[in-house]
Amino acid sequence: MKNQKRWGLFFFLSPVLLWLFLLIVLPHIDLLAMSFRIENDDGQMVWSLSNYLNFFEEPIYWLTFVRTAIFSILVTFLTFVIALPVAFYITKVVAPKFQGFLLVLLLLPFWVSELVRVYGWMILLRESGVINHFLIKLGLLNQPIEMLYKDATMILGLVYTSMLFMVVPITSVLDSLDNSLIEAAYDLGANMWTILFKIIIPHATPGIVSGSIVVFMLTLGNYLTPNLMGGKNSLWFTEQIYNQFIASFNWNQGSAFGFLLLVLSSIVVWLGLKLTRQNLRKVVQ
Amino acid sequence: MIRTLPTSKTYNRCFKFYVVLYFTFLFAPLLVTCILAFNDSQFPSLPWKGFTVEWFTADLTERVGIFHDQINLDSIWVSFRVAFFVTLLSMIVGTCGAFLFEQEDFRYKQLLYFLMLCPLVIPGVILGISILLFSNTLGTYFETNWNIDVDLFRPGFWLVVLGQFSFIATLVTLVVSARLRKFDRTLEEAALNLGANRLEVIWFITLKFLRPAIIGAGAVAFLMSFENFNTTLFLVGYQATLPINLYLQVRDGSTPVINAISFLLIVGTSMVALANLYFSRKET
Amino acid sequence: MLRKPPLFSQDVKQRLAIRFFMQIDLSVQEVTKKFNEFIAVDNVSFEVPDGSFFSILGPSGCGKTTLLRMIAGLTEPTEGKIEIRGKSMLGIPPNKRPVNLIFQQLALFPMMNVEENIAFGLRRRGEGKVDIKKKVEAILERVDLAGFGDKKIDQLSGGQKQRVAIARCLVLEPAVLLLDEPLGALDLKLREQMKVELKMLQAKVGTTFVYITHDQSEALVMSDHVAVMNQGVFEQIDTPQNLYNRPETPFVAQFVGDNNAWSGRIRQCNDMTAEIETAEGPIFHTKVRESLQPGDEVDLFLRPEAMLILPDPSLSELNRFHIIVKDILFDGANSRLLAHPLDADTELLIALPQTRQYDYIQKNDKIEIGWDQQSGICFRRS
Repeated sequence: MKNQKRWGLFFFLSPVLLWLFLLIVLPHIDLLAMSFRIENDDGQMVWSLSNYLNFFEEPIYWLTFVRTAIFSILVTFLTFVIALPVAFYITKVVAPKFQGFLLVLLLLPFWVSELVRVYGWMILLRESGVINHFLIKLGLLNQPIEMLYKDATMILGLVYTSMLFMVVPITSVLDSLDNSLIEAAYDLGANMWTILFKIIIPHATPGIVSGSIVVFMLTLGNYLTPNLMGGKNSLWFTEQIYNQFIASFNWNQGSAFGFLLLVLSSIVVWLGLKLTRQNLRKVVQ
Repeated sequence: MIRTLPTSKTYNRCFKFYVVLYFTFLFAPLLVTCILAFNDSQFPSLPWKGFTVEWFTADLTERVGIFHDQINLDSIWVSFRVAFFVTLLSMIVGTCGAFLFEQEDFRYKQLLYFLMLCPLVIPGVILGISILLFSNTLGTYFETNWNIDVDLFRPGFWLVVLGQFSFIATLVTLVVSARLRKFDRTLEEAALNLGANRLEVIWFITLKFLRPAIIGAGAVAFLMSFENFNTTLFLVGYQATLPINLYLQVRDGSTPVINAISFLLIVGTSMVALANLYFSRKET
Repeated sequence: MLRKPPLFSQDVKQRLAIRFFMQIDLSVQEVTKKFNEFIAVDNVSFEVPDGSFFSILGPSGCGKTTLLRMIAGLTEPTEGKIEIRGKSMLGIPPNKRPVNLIFQQLALFPMMNVEENIAFGLRRRGEGKVDIKKKVEAILERVDLAGFGDKKIDQLSGGQKQRVAIARCLVLEPAVLLLDEPLGALDLKLREQMKVELKMLQAKVGTTFVYITHDQSEALVMSDHVAVMNQGVFEQIDTPQNLYNRPETPFVAQFVGDNNAWSGRIRQCNDMTAEIETAEGPIFHTKVRESLQPGDEVDLFLRPEAMLILPDPSLSELNRFHIIVKDILFDGANSRLLAHPLDADTELLIALPQTRQYDYIQKNDKIEIGWDQQSGICFRRS
């Protein structure tokens, strides 16, 4: 019995250890180490803080960083505001026979590649796009206008891209909310807003937190959507990382940027968990 | 408020309108993409110039349909292969992880569990660059110390597989764990009692029970791998996966071939997703 | 006519028969199981002869499930020996033991149909396909489920599931079949029916059954022998009749069947008869099993049916006292009077035969009650 148990533990543990150490722990330690190395004038690698100093001394870098962070928070908030009523409608308002159908409909677009979805928005919004075509046809516009490559469109794209990760957890927590709680509150004289803030949102907090964490993380680390929908003006921090790695081939500088982004994402996730008194383990379940 | 309570007509109408608007927002880009795949025009835009399937089938100099577009076909094939290996690997490791965290007990289990969750909160771009860095470090080390050139450490097919696997395995672990938590362990004891050894118990009882979850997670893993962009971007070698390849084309100006590919992708993934949903419903 | 005195008492005879003519299927010797400081099973020994129906009866948490799991090999004993058909089971994993266990929740494999469930153990033994098919069909026939082979588990009723679980174990022809409160999940009516069915099935197949339950009626109806277990210890191992009529400990007296408890003090004691002054007032004469000294504190137990309502004045050997009826608990053949003695508020349950002869009794009536000296059960309070 004892030996069999040992053997079982070993059997399950080794692939998981290999995975986590070779693909998660060591690469990130390497990332951290690389970010403190630079090539000196003699072409040798030495330890240095200058990758980080560069970041703070060059306004374009830290401004992009701050901008990315603020926009990501904005996107997360917008996603939440849009998703909550939809989740509420599907779980509590619509007739139960449509519920399954609407849920499927809700999930379906997100199985399609992000690239295809962004591409769809591009052919809708660009100067020669479908929306311009109809606006001119209707006589609302004389000249086609470029709707792409604006901050607003970029945010629209980011909200669209990450919507699923907000709707699904909120739907599942709202589904577990007992209808009679709402009925009781209503019966006791609460109005809609009281019910929303005193009953629905407190109950849905775990779902909202888990949705927000994932949306924030995905938005912060998104490269595709800002790049295609924001164009050159997007000023998204992942593009700085990409440029350092692929364009200027300065991997050490890129590592520093990457590590900063990782720290930012961890801090915001941690803060989010602390402020709402949740823990990661509960949230992922 | 909710369906069991009396509500005003305006409230209902406003709510319905909002939801309709939301679904329009959800489906508009996809529908437009699909429709324009059949427009007989050189550009993926209106006006409508008539219905055609040439963007799928044509093999002309000015118009190459997807079925004859070797570069895109190649990248689809690369994506399939990547997704296949990612799915296989993450199904195996994810199931091991589920058993490990649900049924075994060992020191530092909490710490390891936390590590396992990490890929969920690490942005994909960061995963990509750190794996790129580490493989490069390893490659350099092998070359300078033992003079061995290991292909695996260069950006390319296997690095993409590993990069995607690194976070998709977490997802599979979580899905399979959730199912395993519902497993009644007396079934294992019953099987032991009827003469099965531990291996047979896992094979005939526990894995059978987990099968729907493993297959479901596998389908999700396949789709996630197939559409992954952010992590893949840094690890890809000369064999571009479909999203990378499409990105390059979209960035540098597009033709309706992309719509045709998108159409196929939308139809294909919808079918996988619906099948997955159908089977998971049936199971419960 | 002269009758030869019996050479051995009935009891010794039975034990000898067990020793010489019957095989011991299961022997548990001084088994103890500790979970850290908690002693779940404390030095338990018993033997179960071939083909008998043995029950372990005890309240929940008394350690009976732990004991069963040790026999099945799912838990290792801290101390002691377990032998099955003379072979020590120490260190033998559960899948190598000739015992099978029917779980409380049955643990039928939901991903397999009835036939696959039953064939599971045979397949693990590597038996031939043809053999397996034959055996499965035969056992299905035996538990009256012929033709149910390709049914899904969730298509079966509670009673059918029960029989599949039994068939799944019996098909392996175990030396001992262990049953862990398998009737617990059934509703009352089905439980009554399954009780009889199980007893008949056991008689038919002749396999040794070790059955654990907290339901005394299950244990009494089905078993050849019952062990009453409390806080990890066996209080008494005996036939159902003896458990009921001659309990050896206060716990058994109270746990098996209903009993009215009196506390009292010995006034005098001779020839196994004692005079007891009860705390409630009445003075009773009762037989005792051991010699007691005047002044000893005792507990006296009286079955509800031992108390006669308005006994015939001609019966001289009776203890007599008066009660006041508090309520009439009508329950068909099991109806009782809820009452208390004149000067105390101790609750008493008195059997109320439904012969219509006592229909006139009303609440708050004052009634005389009598009971025979032989039917009292008296223990020295420790």
